[in-house]
Amino acid sequence: MQKFTTVTGIAVPLRRSNVDTDQIIPAVYLKRVTRTGFEDALFAAWRLDPDFVINKKEYQGGRVLIAGTDFGIGSSREHAVWALRDYGFDVVLSPRFGDIFRGNSGKQGLLAGQISEADAETLWNLVESDPGIELTVDLVGKTARVGDLTVNFEIDDYTRWRLLEGLDDIGLTLRDEARISEFEAMRESWLPQTLPARSPESP
Amino acid sequence: MTNAIPTSQVSSSTGLRTLAEKVWDKHLVTKGENGTPDLIYIDLHLLHEVTSPQAFDGLRLANRTLRRPDLTIATEDHNTPTLAIDKPIADLTSRTQIETLRRNCAEFGVRLHSLGDIEQGIVHVVGPQLGLTQPGITVVCGDSHTSTHGAFGAMALGIGTSEVEHVMATQTLPLNPFKTMAITVNGALRTGVTAKDIILAVIAKIGTGGGAGYVLEYRGEAIRALSMEGRMTICNMSIEAGARAGMVAPDQTTYDYLEGRAHAPRGADWDKAVAYWQTLATDEGASFDAEVVIDANELEPFVTWGTNPGQGVSLSGSVPNPADIVDANERSAAERALEYMNLTAGTPMKEIRVDTVFLGSCTNSRVEDLRAAAEIIKGKTKAEGLRMMVVPGSARVRIEAEAEGLDQIFLDFGAEWRFAGCSMCLGMNPDQLEPGERCASTSNRNFEGRQGKGGLTHLVSPLVAAATAIRGTLSSPWDLVQDGDQ
Repeated sequence: MQKFTTVTGIAVPLRRSNVDTDQIIPAVYLKRVTRTGFEDALFAAWRLDPDFVINKKEYQGGRVLIAGTDFGIGSSREHAVWALRDYGFDVVLSPRFGDIFRGNSGKQGLLAGQISEADAETLWNLVESDPGIELTVDLVGKTARVGDLTVNFEIDDYTRWRLLEGLDDIGLTLRDEARISEFEAMRESWLPQTLPARSPESP
Repeated sequence: MTNAIPTSQVSSSTGLRTLAEKVWDKHLVTKGENGTPDLIYIDLHLLHEVTSPQAFDGLRLANRTLRRPDLTIATEDHNTPTLAIDKPIADLTSRTQIETLRRNCAEFGVRLHSLGDIEQGIVHVVGPQLGLTQPGITVVCGDSHTSTHGAFGAMALGIGTSEVEHVMATQTLPLNPFKTMAITVNGALRTGVTAKDIILAVIAKIGTGGGAGYVLEYRGEAIRALSMEGRMTICNMSIEAGARAGMVAPDQTTYDYLEGRAHAPRGADWDKAVAYWQTLATDEGASFDAEVVIDANELEPFVTWGTNPGQGVSLSGSVPNPADIVDANERSAAERALEYMNLTAGTPMKEIRVDTVFLGSCTNSRVEDLRAAAEIIKGKTKAEGLRMMVVPGSARVRIEAEAEGLDQIFLDFGAEWRFAGCSMCLGMNPDQLEPGERCASTSNRNFEGRQGKGGLTHLVSPLVAAATAIRGTLSSPWDLVQDGDQ
């Protein structure tokens, strides 16, 4: 994963709350077995509407999405994060995220920053009054700056650190491999095992 | 916004623990320090074809192995057709995804239940059915409805594909401790009111984000009185309230369900396991970070009118007027939902006519669900022009239902009797709604386009689904009694 410090890019105002992952990427696009190539699937149903914000020419090349509350609720599909990344978004700001979505974001270098509802409204108004304006997100200072306005966002310290360092989770965990083996040695023998397969009758 | 009442956090100082905290403590590999998460051991990893291919790829790229094939199991469910399952899958991308799972499972030594196998079915039906889902264990799956398994007193988390890869490689997950919320359901449900109505009412009360950051524990008389199937229905939809997991403490109902299942402990192991399971219930006096109380006596059959599971109302109610909603966000979401759903504020819910009834999904496709619906429709006539599709949760459920003659009841009624899978819950296979087609669905999500582009979904219980199929409009068994029909 690449290190993330600051991003400057076009801000896209998505004035909707409860944007579930079925809207971010409908299920029919989940059949691919690759991790990339999902840019066309992003908001696929809503993009059929020529007036949908992503379709407006001022917002082409957007990198920072400013969404309403409860963004990314619903299905666990990481494809939602891949689609946002493939499209070109580096940051989503929202007053609240679905838990699984927020976790998935951190694994894929997408910054999910939590802002207040009032700041979301202020940012929407500002961006809509000057479509195409660039916004700078600074992960070190946890700020989003556009023009003279600076708002703070929240992100948990651990995810922030991993994004700043560009660290891979599995590599981090495997440093504790000995502890995992110790734990496994102490597990109760009657805990369920999938192998060998048993039937109710078999011994 | 949430109506949960924050309670004081004293449990850590008293040493009294909740169910969720006990399971967490028992699985702690390393305790996080300085803001790093805890490392939690995973007892059971469930896989399906949609969220696993990129994780297997990740393992291969990094030259890593699957650490515990003996704690991993896979099934085919999201893409599988529910008709002509002996033929090659027509949709090429679906077929590729299924074939990729088969190749990956063969390469990494994962037990797989493929289409046609007696244990094939929706991953959240299969785990409990095999007796693999047990109290006190940690369960993960790349699917948000993994919360289902919490019905056994397991900590069951839906995860993303990066986390799937992480569990494959390490059998652990780095996780931050959750807050706990007690959902206490007092009293007794009236006849005709079910577990589905409880959870729809809970979500309407706390909202789709009300459970964010929490593990929910369902408690109280009404929960104790539920079967395991009913508890699974409730825990299944915890995610629709934004929660990371939902749990019910194990009791005799749990043990009776598990005993004798293929992978349940046996002999002396059974006694040891039960002795442990009996220690899991929340300590008396332990406190939760938040609490919600529901009175089961007052619950009625509950249905959704909007495009998220929190937009629900009693069936005897009407489509709400967005102008009456105080919160600006919720008001605009309601306006948008009514436009999408093609509904007018003030319309009585019972006057809403549906085109299709879907009985299935990991929420309501177990044999008990099918039995309850069959009992309502037996000997009745289906509403004219209405389509009803019945999709058992697993091949085994289908066989059990057929042994009881339920398939014949559905067929005589004019319903379609299909093979097992996720089917129209999310329409990754050919089972989809047409644009504008209105469906009463026993599934879990009424999101825009979820069941097919432009499809309109009302979430309902199996009883409401059955009564609706008879009357053609959203109905409960209570309406059939009033029709003098029973």
